[in-house]
Amino acid sequence: MTVTETPGTPGATGSSAAPGTPPAPRRRPVRRRLVPYWLLLPGVLWLLVFFVLPMVYQASTSLQTGSLEAGFEVTWHFPTYWEALREYWPQFVRSLLYAGTATVLCLLLGYPLAYLIAFRAGRWRTVLLVLVIAPFFTSFLIRTLAWKTILADDSAVVGALDALHVLDVTGWLGWTEGDRVLATPLAVVCGLTYNFLPFMILPLYTSLERIDGRLHEAAKDLYASPATTFRKVTFPLSLPGVVSGTLLTFIPASGDYVNAELLGSTETKMVGNVIQSQFLRVLDYPTAAALSFLLMAAVLVAVTVYIRRAGTEDLV
Amino acid sequence: MRRLREKLVPLAGLLTLAYLLLPNVVVTVFSFNDPVGRFNYSWQEFSTAAWRDPCGVADLCGSLALSLQLAAWATLGATVLGTMIAFALVRYRFRARGAVNSLIFLPMSMPEVVMAASLLTLFLNMGAELGFLTVLIAHVMFCLSFVVVAVKARVLSMDPRLEEAARDLYAGPVQTFLRVTLPIAAPGIAAGALLAFALSFDDFIITNFNAGSTVTFPMFVWGSAQRGTPVQINVIGTAMFVIAVLLVVAGQFLAARRKRTEHLR
Repeated sequence: MTVTETPGTPGATGSSAAPGTPPAPRRRPVRRRLVPYWLLLPGVLWLLVFFVLPMVYQASTSLQTGSLEAGFEVTWHFPTYWEALREYWPQFVRSLLYAGTATVLCLLLGYPLAYLIAFRAGRWRTVLLVLVIAPFFTSFLIRTLAWKTILADDSAVVGALDALHVLDVTGWLGWTEGDRVLATPLAVVCGLTYNFLPFMILPLYTSLERIDGRLHEAAKDLYASPATTFRKVTFPLSLPGVVSGTLLTFIPASGDYVNAELLGSTETKMVGNVIQSQFLRVLDYPTAAALSFLLMAAVLVAVTVYIRRAGTEDLV
Repeated sequence: MRRLREKLVPLAGLLTLAYLLLPNVVVTVFSFNDPVGRFNYSWQEFSTAAWRDPCGVADLCGSLALSLQLAAWATLGATVLGTMIAFALVRYRFRARGAVNSLIFLPMSMPEVVMAASLLTLFLNMGAELGFLTVLIAHVMFCLSFVVVAVKARVLSMDPRLEEAARDLYAGPVQTFLRVTLPIAAPGIAAGALLAFALSFDDFIITNFNAGSTVTFPMFVWGSAQRGTPVQINVIGTAMFVIAVLLVVAGQFLAARRKRTEHLR
């Protein structure tokens, strides 16, 4: 309910309209009422035809059997899903694992930078923001290829990691093999983390920047240590950024096949690689469609559970 | 010890920034390389040959021109359609509002392969010939949502009283829209358009599925990863980076100057 009475002038509004009765809605002419629908029509139609309809087609494709020569036919062949999962579950699990690891790494790496830009950068703020966005302007494929140089066997980075015995630890964890980094899980996760890091930093920065600085002062006045201030004030208020950053990193990372292809080996293939090769090389459309549906379902379930637990449904 | 702890967060932040920029440094340095063999992965010798002849590789500049053209059309389509949707969503109350909101949100909450693959099944089933047109359709589709979000944010923060004021001053609906609403919404529309351009220009996954034998710039780079990467790719990557940073700096400079002169007036 909106308060219409202004204090100091009691009864001023009461005389014109009986209290409690809302003003009768003015009926707009039909033509005006149709305006939003005309505005929506082209865009929504585009999405219905080129986004929703393809999903339906994909569902039907996943239930087809046949071959490229003989033609495909919808036979409601559900076992395709089981067979696809039985054959490609390693790639499936790997995708979710790599994407999850990359997301956690993005959060750990991105938070300090977002914090730095939001609270400590001063007049360097714009420069730092530009530097975060700037890599976007070089094609991401070119940048991913650059990691091949950075992580090559005889590169300085790998040499340093080896000298610091980091590779012993990662090798023991099964992330690297011997003194190699390229073509190992570590290289793929490193590429994924790198590629999606800006998608974590920007939402984090947006939510951190909105925090009222006086809250920090208040916490300090109440003798909170910097760590407590962060734990009780800053971090909870940045949660919307954490949630949207996590989603913006995890969802695309789970379907990515570029990093696994360029930086990995056959041992690091993700479900995206399988879908791509089944669709474009093997031409086994039903299996590819089934896998793509399974990926979508897995991501939707993961995201729904996560949003429920994070308790911020009104984010989007 | 206290001082060290205070410096810890900035240090970690700057390390992350270094991680973000390291590949760009490598791309730039290797654009001056004179590689032996087909691949440009190890440093050999300083050379400016690639910079003097950026189009010296077959199909490279053709693919670049195609990508620019594609991105321009996709931006136009997505911006027009997206702006219309954004205005409808913010300015009007109507029945299907929730459904439209979810329809906008869905393409952004789905792995790109899923969208790419499903679109391919549609085109295969329709017997459509894969090429420029199918890629353009796909790009408009996935850029649309991002434009809607960008424009919506701007329109939401607009003060509706400005439009009321215009109407009180006897401006017609068209006049109000053109002289008040559109200029205020312009930064949001521009941001959406820029985002659409960048997304379309750099898109690989959806293009990979729906391009057929059409080769956009990202497709060229992808192919070169298998066949051999010419140095010219690094040259173009570096040039794009430098041009974009210069544009951003120039924009900031102009904005700052305008602010100052407005203040003087």
